[in-house]
Amino acid sequence: MKFKFDRHTRRKLLSHTVAVLSGLTVIAVLYPLVSIVYEAVIRGGGVLFQWTFLTAKPPNACDVVSCSTVGIGPAIQGSLLVVAIASLIAVPVGLMAAILASEYRTRGFGRAVSFTADVLTGVPSIIMGAFVWGYFVLYDPSIAESVIAGGIALSAIMTPIVARTTEEALRTVPNAMREAAIALGISKWKMTLRIVLIAALPGIATGVLLAVMRAMGEAAPLLLTLGYTTNYNHSLLQPAAALPVLIYTFAESNYSNQQEVAWGATLFLLMFILAANILSRYMIHRLSQRMSGGA
Amino acid sequence: MYTATKLKVEGLTAYYNNKPAISDISLEFPERQVTAIIGPSGCGKSTLIRCLNRLHETAPHTRVEGRVLLDDEDIYALDPVRVRRRIGMVFQKANPFVTMSIYDNVSAALRFNGRHSREETDQVVVRSLQHAALWDEVKDRVDAPAVSLSGGQQQRLCIARALAADPEVLLMDEPCSALDPIATAKIEELIGRLKKDYTLIIVTHNMQQAARVADLTAFLYIGKLIEFGPTEELFERPKEKLTESYITGRFG
Repeated sequence: MKFKFDRHTRRKLLSHTVAVLSGLTVIAVLYPLVSIVYEAVIRGGGVLFQWTFLTAKPPNACDVVSCSTVGIGPAIQGSLLVVAIASLIAVPVGLMAAILASEYRTRGFGRAVSFTADVLTGVPSIIMGAFVWGYFVLYDPSIAESVIAGGIALSAIMTPIVARTTEEALRTVPNAMREAAIALGISKWKMTLRIVLIAALPGIATGVLLAVMRAMGEAAPLLLTLGYTTNYNHSLLQPAAALPVLIYTFAESNYSNQQEVAWGATLFLLMFILAANILSRYMIHRLSQRMSGGA
Repeated sequence: MYTATKLKVEGLTAYYNNKPAISDISLEFPERQVTAIIGPSGCGKSTLIRCLNRLHETAPHTRVEGRVLLDDEDIYALDPVRVRRRIGMVFQKANPFVTMSIYDNVSAALRFNGRHSREETDQVVVRSLQHAALWDEVKDRVDAPAVSLSGGQQQRLCIARALAADPEVLLMDEPCSALDPIATAKIEELIGRLKKDYTLIIVTHNMQQAARVADLTAFLYIGKLIEFGPTEELFERPKEKLTESYITGRFG
């Protein structure tokens, strides 16, 4: 026997099938995110909400039940330091590269810059780390593992991201705006810095944030360049801890207290990135609203 | 009715990608008069006007030959940035600086091109907005974003912004093509008043508009200047067959 649906039933059936399939893919996409957050909360929530966790030093290996889990203070300090240094390098360099690529494109150099940024974005981060480390070893091995070296390695990852997103943001600024400025007899560099760059600011802020988030979570380039320590850092020429490196180190540990700290650090990193994301989205929203007349 | 020549074009040819968009154009724009440039789409009207403040050359793959004399000085031998402070421009689509307030838009030329006291800037802003017939509509909200204005107001804001730079010549590239009839009438009225102080050159695809506002009219066709003369003569007794066909609506 052969079923024959009329056109209406067939259309409805197809529509339902597509809806169900779409729903399933949503679940497939959400599952990893939800399970990561769930695991991190269950396993790391307990330690994270002890108020000393954010300031205390990480624990030594300890398998006695009574030994306490302590904190991730040095890793927070190290992460902030190393990302700050990376940003200090990556943001100006990336911005200038993007301006060259977008606003001075007629000169072949501009095109070369955006091509280079594209290629650099695809270079594995461990290679960036190895390269910077190698360079420092040749230069001065005593600072090959230091906040400076780590910052430079992370900046190599951030710079192309900042450059590429800024270039895109600059390109969304209508050419009519540039012509308006040129026709008023405003010099090119003033136009670029004070009109075009300002108009592209929401897009640039997104790009910088994206780069900072990426750098916050990178472990590979820091393994070689930042080193690892359980103490607070006192000099930019000394090694420091960083959250991803701490997670990497303690996740491999056989001791439950260190594993717990790794989970706590994971939850902290997740929450930090989430909070920074929400805050910056709000700021970018406000910024672009002000520019489009509060509509 | 002729006054001294303010701007003189000699053998001007402008290229896009090595193809001439206008070729060998020569004409003279008299001081404190309105000259209209008319012609069908793609005839090179905009290219011509963009050569008069050296804007054409800012686009990639462009080239200009010939001379443009501003008070007997070739602008192609001068610093383009300085030339543009003497020859202002208003564009087809209003292009206020979207990140700035009404006040900041009008004062842009002053703020970016030199040091001026706050009082001086205030005065120029008020005078320019009055000149552009926008002051009465915005005097209570000069700090509001420029984009909060209507399309017609934005175009008058762009005129005020150009006037604030204190130019001698004002170029207008189809300034009313994106506006409704009422806003258009306001701009045309404004053009009539501005010619007391400025030399005006207006590109338009609207022949009635040229007839209404211009003292002189130039007719361009496929990159060539076909006819140039007093507006009345050109519309009522055209010398060239092409001009006659165009103004009687047989093409274009």
